[in-house]
This record gives sequence, C-alpha cells and structure tokens, in this order.
Amino acid sequence: MRGRPLLHTSYESDQALLNTTAKRVMFGILLLILVSIPFRVVPGLKFLGQEDWLRLLSTTAIFAIGALGLNILTGLAGQVSLGHSFFMGIGAYTAVWLGGPVGGPFIGLGLPIWIWLPAAGIVAALIGIAVGPTAVRVRGLYLAIVTLGLVFIGEYLFRNWNSLTGGAQVGRDFPRLQLRLWNEEAPLVDFTTSGSWFGLDLSGTAKSFFVLTLLALFFTLLAKNLQRTRVGRAFMSIRDRDIAAEIMGVNEFAYKLLAFGISSFYAGIAGALLASFVSRVIPERWDLFLSVQFIAIILIGGAGTVTGTLLGSAFVVLLPRVVQNFTLWLQGVAVQGEGILASIANVFVATSSNDFGLVNTFAGVGPGLSVAQLNLVLYGLLIIGFLIFEPLGLYGIWLRVRNYWKGWPFTY
Amino acid sequence: MTGHFVVLAQEAGVSNEFAQTLVDGISFGAIYALLAMGFVIIFKSTSVINFAHGGLTGLGAFLVAAFVTVLDFPGRYVTVLPEWGQWTLNVLTALLAAALIGVILERVFLRPMVGEALFAVAIVTLGLDIVVRTITNDWIGTNPRPLGAPWGLNVVDLGWVRIAWSEIVQILLTVILLAAIALFLRSRTGVAMRATAFDQETARAQGINVGRIFSVAWAIGAFLAGVAGIFFSVFPRRATGVDQATAFIAFRAFPAVIIGGLDSIPGAVVGGFAVGIAEAAANTYLGLEFLGSGFPGIVGYLLMLVILLIRPYGLFGTPEIRRV
Repeated sequence: MRGRPLLHTSYESDQALLNTTAKRVMFGILLLILVSIPFRVVPGLKFLGQEDWLRLLSTTAIFAIGALGLNILTGLAGQVSLGHSFFMGIGAYTAVWLGGPVGGPFIGLGLPIWIWLPAAGIVAALIGIAVGPTAVRVRGLYLAIVTLGLVFIGEYLFRNWNSLTGGAQVGRDFPRLQLRLWNEEAPLVDFTTSGSWFGLDLSGTAKSFFVLTLLALFFTLLAKNLQRTRVGRAFMSIRDRDIAAEIMGVNEFAYKLLAFGISSFYAGIAGALLASFVSRVIPERWDLFLSVQFIAIILIGGAGTVTGTLLGSAFVVLLPRVVQNFTLWLQGVAVQGEGILASIANVFVATSSNDFGLVNTFAGVGPGLSVAQLNLVLYGLLIIGFLIFEPLGLYGIWLRVRNYWKGWPFTY
Repeated sequence: MTGHFVVLAQEAGVSNEFAQTLVDGISFGAIYALLAMGFVIIFKSTSVINFAHGGLTGLGAFLVAAFVTVLDFPGRYVTVLPEWGQWTLNVLTALLAAALIGVILERVFLRPMVGEALFAVAIVTLGLDIVVRTITNDWIGTNPRPLGAPWGLNVVDLGWVRIAWSEIVQILLTVILLAAIALFLRSRTGVAMRATAFDQETARAQGINVGRIFSVAWAIGAFLAGVAGIFFSVFPRRATGVDQATAFIAFRAFPAVIIGGLDSIPGAVVGGFAVGIAEAAANTYLGLEFLGSGFPGIVGYLLMLVILLIRPYGLFGTPEIRRV
C-alpha cells in the first residue's frame, strides 16, 4: 500500500526480501552503480574504475562472501568462531588440489573451475561438520579457544604439507578464474585477461570484478534468504536461548553442526576465490589475523545482519587504502603547507627520516609506526571502538540515522 | 619455534633423555603456568577472556629490556647493591611499570564494557592485543633486545641431566610466585577478589570496591605475564632476548588454561605444566620426519581437544549451570 510500507496484506509481501519501495529503489540504484563502475560514468565515483580500485572492490566481494559465512555462524547461530581462516585455507587448497596443473612439483588434477570451486566449498563444509561435534560439546568462550586451536593446527598443517601448499613462505600458484569445459588449452570464458564482451572492451580486472560481484550477490541472496527460512529461525533460537530451543524441539546438535557446515562452505568458497584472485598465496596467509579481520568485519558492520556484513567488508577492505591515501595527504600538508594545520600534520607524520612523527612512510627508519603497522593499530582500535560505542556497528549507525529521519520532525 | 629445546636436550652426551625431557618440560611448563595463572586470575575476577595476554607478555619483556639495558633505572643510582642486585631492582621496576600499563588498559578499554556480552569483551581484548603487540613490536624493532640476565648462559651439568641456571631461577621463582598468590588470596584484598569472582553484584553490595579489584587483577595478570616474558626471552629459550615473536608465546598457553579449567587457578598451574611436559615430550620423542616442523607448538592444542572431549569444562573447571 502506498505510504504504508510496513502494512503487509499477503504472506509474500511479509516475507519479501525487499519489502519496501525504498529498499527496492536503493537496491536497483546499487546494481546500476555496480555495473557502471568499470565504465566510469557515474560522476564522483569515476576513480573507482581504476585498476587498483577495481582489485580492491573485487577483494571486497570475496571477503563479503567469507564474512557472510561467519555472520551465519556467529551472528545468526551465536557460535563464536575464530577458526574462519582455517576453513578458507581448506577451501583454497582443495581448489588447488583439484584445479592445479597435472604433473609438476605439486599435487594437482587439472579439473575445471565448475568442479573445483563448488568442491572447495563442499570439502570445507564437510570438515566443518567433522569439527562440529567437538565444538558443540563446549560452549561460549571455550569454543573460541577451540576454534583458535583450529587455526594453529591448520597453520601447522599447511606449513608442512609441501606437496600441496608449496611449503612455508613459498606457496604455489593457484588456478585462475577461467571457465573451461574440461581441460582445453584455451578457456571458454576468461575472466583474467582483457577482451571484449558484447562489444564492450573490458580489462581482465573488470571482468573479474563483474564475476566476483555476481557471485557475492548470489551468496548474499542465499544468506538473506536463510534468515527467513525454518533453518534460519532455528539458528536464531539457538543463539538466543539454546536450552529453551532444545525444549521446543529444535535439535540443537544438528543445527549447530549445520551452522558450522554452512559457514565453512562460504569460507571455503571465499578462500578458493581469494587464492585464485591473488594467484599466489603462501601458507602463512591463513593465520589468526585473517580470522580477526572477519570478526572485525561482522562486528564493525553489525553482527547478525546481512547489510551490516556487506558494509563491514567494504569498510575493512578499503580501510588500508584510505589510510594510505590519508597519510600521504597528511605528509603533503606537513611538508608543503603552512600554519597550524601543517604543524598538527607534522606531529602525526614524519616528513623525513630525521623527523619525529607517529607514522612514518620511510620504511623502518626512525620512531613511529609504518603505514602497515598503522593499519594494524587502526584495526584494533576500530574493533574496540565499535564494540564500546556502537555494538550494532555500521548497520546500527544507519538504523539510527534512518529512524531519526523516519520520525522527523518528531524526536520520538 | 622448535629450537627452544634444542639447546639442552640434544647436546651431545646427555645420558638420561627421559629425565632431561622432564626437566625441560617442567621449566617450560613453569612459563606456561605463570601465563595461565595470570589469565585465570583476570578471568575469575572480571569474567574477561584476555586475548591480550600475549601483548602484555611482549610488553613486559620489552619494558624489562628497556629498563635494564637502555635506562638502567633505578639500578644506576643504587650503587650499594652488586650487579645482580641492580639488575633485580631494574626488573622489578619494569614489571611494576608493566602492571601499571595493565591497570590503565583495563580502566580505559574494559571498564566501559562491564555488563556487555562476554563474546564482545573477548573481541575487545583481541583488538587490544593487536594494538599492544603492534606498537611493542615496532619499538622492539627487527633485532632481538637482550635482557642482560646476570646468570648468563651458565648451565649446571649433573651428568644425567643438564639444567640451565635460568631454568633453576625460573622454577624457583614460579614456586615463590605461586606461594605468594596463594597467600595473597588469603589476605583481605585476596578474599575480596575471590568474592568478586564468585558473585560480582553481591560483592559490590557487601561494600567491596569491584573496580579496584579489577585493577588489582589486571595488575597481577600483567606482572605474571611480564615474568613469563622474561623467562621466555633468555637462555635456553632464546639466547638473544625479546623480539617480535615473544608475544606469541601466550597463544601456546591458552590450551593450558582450558585444560585446567577456565576458572581454576590450581588448574591453570596444572595445565601449564601439563602442556610444558607434553611439548618437551613431543620434541624429544616425536621428532619424526613426516611430522615436519612446529609440531610441539600445536601439541598443547591437541592435548586440549582430547581433554575437552572427556571433560568439557577442563580438569578442574566448574561446570556451568545454565538456567532458562
């Protein structure tokens, strides 16, 4: 009904994923913007079409897929898990086992992408379900440390299984994003090299961007849909009061296993895509910090919400780049600017190897943090800050803004 | 990180491998016991899983290195003491500074989170760990910082077993600290801490200043973490000193906490020694080719998983009573 978006007169409209006109319009605009990014037509967002930004956005899409999985496990089902990077690693190495080149120094079977990508997810899901019974037996914070143990055991495995992973600090190449029917020489569709689709000239990065965004949208749809199904409601009941859920007939054990399985599936797919996109990954990539990044994504974005997860992944992936640009800009102000702004900037940034600054861009020289370390410190501070001040994350901030304007000019 | 046991256990001519393994295990276990004890004290008093313990360990060890070698404060003013007396004074000052930083961190970052979900608080400590560890590692730099231990590289050779002097000091100090903590828990503040651990609200109603108890708990935790950090950074662990990998030792102590039970201080000690001995045994007897490198590092977690299957709350932990 016009003007009454929350009045639902049918089951379909109540259950709809985009149940208000505003949501439909916003989603349409988002799709249009996403499609147009590589062509740089939208004023103000033209810079996003550059190669490095396209790579960042593609990485955002991959991280979004992984984060959606963790959101289902932690935000929806309430199971704390620090082991996400372990399952991503499992997915990546399944992918390379199936899709890597035959012969050569490493294990590989040369299968095409439509086998290794789903298999990466399925194998990770199976291992997630195998880990399940141990994880279900413990609760809360014990579970966090058990999953922490998974990460370390995984790191040990990956580091030592040289024939699969390439060995510590070395790594191996991963199969590329190319669609083949079996193992022909020339791929049917190649997402990594430039060429033309439907008459439009696209670079390899732009093609990868499209296919990864498409995958991310697909998985977002799956995750959003999960929330309104029986399984999703069971997860939420377990999160809120698992004993009460068990009494009501929700099989706690089965659903917790399912939650681990589904989240590991997402993680496996994300791991395989990440490794394939970056094309060479060392076994140390799947470490505790990667898990912490995903926790940061769902907490900064807003635990339990799909929109929040997407916002969080964009935030976390784009943060280093923004910090880098900001530091360089600050450095420029400190060096060339005048007045009080320059002196403030000078405190924060070191202008030369002898200058003092909280951050310096001259690698390894002088006191102060390098930009990489500044990124790490900011990650930590942002996690802390969001948890202390805005537990609902970016989505919570959006909710507050929206509710303010919903009730305007009334404050209540 | 396997090389930690290499120095003593595999030097030529050790006649009793089992005894040597046991000694190595106990001395390494002492480090884990200290870390686990600090962790459990913080957890019992404040219900916070402190993922930042690694950062505190690195920070404590770094502060000791700074106070001993660079600042030499206050040792250089107390010339009446011999060398090792000055060193001890410097170390104590550094550990007090570390405890103070622990108190400040708790006050600034964790006090606002009182009452929030435990998972959220645990993640705050995880973020805190990243911040503390990154800043400490930046100050440490690329080269290890020596701690100037007065006993140096000396080893006591008993024929059937070799013990480094620092291992003797370590075990002695751990026993002394254990006794001190046990005594402390009988003191007025200690009883207040036990009361807070049991029921925070009621303790507050009885007039106990819960905020002060939180600070004391974090001070003790940071102090113990610093001591563990010192012993992890000297021979025979790392002959050279504290470096950027020191902070990660705490992650190997988490299984000790779980094995003993999250809310049991004696359990933490038992768990620490269990993990230490397990690691030493794995290093000596399971140095198999196919296991590759770094296996002793995860033995603790494997042991933890096995024990959790039998006793989901650890060996001495109290089972959680959940009400709907």
